[in-house]
Amino acid sequence: MFKIVKAEFLAQDIKLFQIEAPRIAKKRKAGQFVIIRLDEHGERIPLTIADSDPEKGTITIVVQGVGKTTKALNLKETGDTIMDVVGPLGEPSHIEKFGTAVSIGGGVGTAIAYPTAKALKEAGNYVITINGARSKDLVILEEEMKQVSDEAYITTDDGSYGFHGFVTQKLQALIDEGKKLDFVLAIGPIPMMKAVADVTRPYGIKTVVSLNPIMVDGTGMCGGCRVIVNGQSKFACVDGPEFDAHGVDFHNLADRNKMYSVYEKEALEKFEHECKLDKKIEAIENAG
Amino acid sequence: MNQLTPKERMKIPRHSMIEQDPAERSRNFSEVNLGYTPELAIEEAQRCLQCPKPTCVAGCPVNIQIKDFITLIAEGDFIGAVKKIKEDNALPAICGRVCPQEEQCEEACVVGKRGEPVAIGYLERFVADYERESGKIDVPEVKVSNGKKVAIVGSGPAGLSCAKDLREKGYEVTVFEALHELGGVLVYGIPEFRLPKEIVRTEIDGLKRMGVKFETDAIIGRVFTVDELMEEEGYDAVFLGVGAGLPWFLGIEGENLNGVYSANEFLTRVNLMKAYQFPEYDSPILDCHNKNVAVFGGGNTAMDAVRTSLRLGAKNAYIVYRRSEKEMPARVEEIKHAKEEGVQFMLLTNPVRLIGDDEGWLKGMELIKMELGEPDESGRRRPIPIEGSNFTVDIDVAVIAIGNGPNPLVTQTTPEIETSRRGTIVVDPETMKTSKKGVFAGGDIVTGGATVILAMGAGRKAAAAIDHYLQNGAW
Repeated sequence: MFKIVKAEFLAQDIKLFQIEAPRIAKKRKAGQFVIIRLDEHGERIPLTIADSDPEKGTITIVVQGVGKTTKALNLKETGDTIMDVVGPLGEPSHIEKFGTAVSIGGGVGTAIAYPTAKALKEAGNYVITINGARSKDLVILEEEMKQVSDEAYITTDDGSYGFHGFVTQKLQALIDEGKKLDFVLAIGPIPMMKAVADVTRPYGIKTVVSLNPIMVDGTGMCGGCRVIVNGQSKFACVDGPEFDAHGVDFHNLADRNKMYSVYEKEALEKFEHECKLDKKIEAIENAG
Repeated sequence: MNQLTPKERMKIPRHSMIEQDPAERSRNFSEVNLGYTPELAIEEAQRCLQCPKPTCVAGCPVNIQIKDFITLIAEGDFIGAVKKIKEDNALPAICGRVCPQEEQCEEACVVGKRGEPVAIGYLERFVADYERESGKIDVPEVKVSNGKKVAIVGSGPAGLSCAKDLREKGYEVTVFEALHELGGVLVYGIPEFRLPKEIVRTEIDGLKRMGVKFETDAIIGRVFTVDELMEEEGYDAVFLGVGAGLPWFLGIEGENLNGVYSANEFLTRVNLMKAYQFPEYDSPILDCHNKNVAVFGGGNTAMDAVRTSLRLGAKNAYIVYRRSEKEMPARVEEIKHAKEEGVQFMLLTNPVRLIGDDEGWLKGMELIKMELGEPDESGRRRPIPIEGSNFTVDIDVAVIAIGNGPNPLVTQTTPEIETSRRGTIVVDPETMKTSKKGVFAGGDIVTGGATVILAMGAGRKAAAAIDHYLQNGAW
């Protein structure tokens, strides 16, 4: 059992958790992830480690409630427990002094990009961060990002805060200004990562993406997370999750991530139905 | 039992086990074999000729005192019999179910030279089940702690048997397991209908009661390297029983289509994650109802996967195997069960490519007919494609069960440990010592994919060598 020592919402449906996991906290490096299982009937899902405190023995994860498991997790509060947390998994981000490094985070991807942006800064890079959200109320980790950036930009799709437009438009604008970019890291939804790869490709800017395929064990024993990179099949859990963006077959990744969408919907509907029932029972009990 | 003459014993026919009806069982996950009754067990035990020099014992990789335990069964002392087995084997309910006895103890049985061998496996299973159902499971005696610590990496059959032997000798034993459940292939690989998970849990509980410590969610190579286990965590020796869990793929077109699984993923979802009980359990598996499922391969894993697909509702379940039935590595009993349940065998057939639709879903497979040529290095006749014999079959789900390689996570992070070209760990076959002082290895990580009982045998051998090393310190 792994204890949650802090739980707080960063934005609607996006929650930060600090979890007691001293061994993982001590060992983890930027870019690595954990697999968690909430309870006896739970599934195993991968979540990137956004931060850690080896002294306190905690790791931080940031979770967006999109399906059954993430929504159930986001109901957890300080003091609750998670049955299984295993990690650190995956290869750490490859960090070196590239020169000017751009970290791009889309939505909850901002939290995943954070540790790598921090590591890039510590390695002596000039760090530019671009973090995108649909609207102002969904912007997360703005302060944290500023602290690890030489230049920090927020973009919103609706223009309610920061730059009006997509992260790729901001990236293109930087290139058009004549900034010499040496390295780009992009983490977020598949269409966003693909769009970033398309922007940097003609300029030959080294670009890395952190892929998010479906995983089961996360230790290389099933190949459920296989992705095609430069025409070759790779296991994202052990060979990645970071890969050369210009070699990734995003189309295949997008198709594969839809494999269980029918089941995901069914599980979520059942969960939400049960939540409603629980609330009704609670209301009756309180009234009684 | 002294009344019976050998001749009379030879006249008793081998008793088969009671089985669930094929039509019914192919749609449920309950165990297929239902075991012996006490009466059947006693009669079967009477078939044993009590050879003065029993050859069966040498056929058992952990050298169970077979003659002695069978004598006790014939006398009706079932609990005494299981105690006798447990002197050499911690997991009799498991071994009695999944060992290929026909190639081991029963192959060596003298009765088998003239008729059917004594059903040693069924008897082992019977007494283990009898003990468990009696609710009075005996815990083997443990020597007073000698203060020495041994880390065991992996809780599969090799690690469990090594842990048991070392604990009995008084070592402080901790088993590290990467997954959330203990048992390795016993829990994620072998299906419920061959090996109920409740039985695995009970047998492992026995080890816990002996004082073996277990840590799940602990992935060695990531949370601790082998060096850290020895230098920082204070372990005097390490046994690596991490198995061969890296699935091989075919390397053909269409392998990344939706609906294509490795057998490891397919079986892990069903067995470990209980996806067949979705949405009671959260992990999904593609619905196989009225679908066509093809499994590539001819080993036990392939049989487990194809029989699982029937239980998930498959309309047609195919085995696609490039050699003929004679060369199949699967157990005869598993092939028989698969056929009874309605699995269709496409022999001397190999997949050429997998065919998908516009949205990336598997729709069919292109196959080619094979013929057998000269024997290859494995001693089996090499399959050769027959040109122009290609044909296609509609399928919705494909499972690749052509074998596994060793998982490189531990060896990558401990380069001192010598590995072969195939990635397996190189050991001294007598002592299971690796090239790194204090580190031993055994099971599939040394041999490549093999059997549960061979892994257990390797675990025992390593335990003896670890004891020897820690007693005299010489490497």
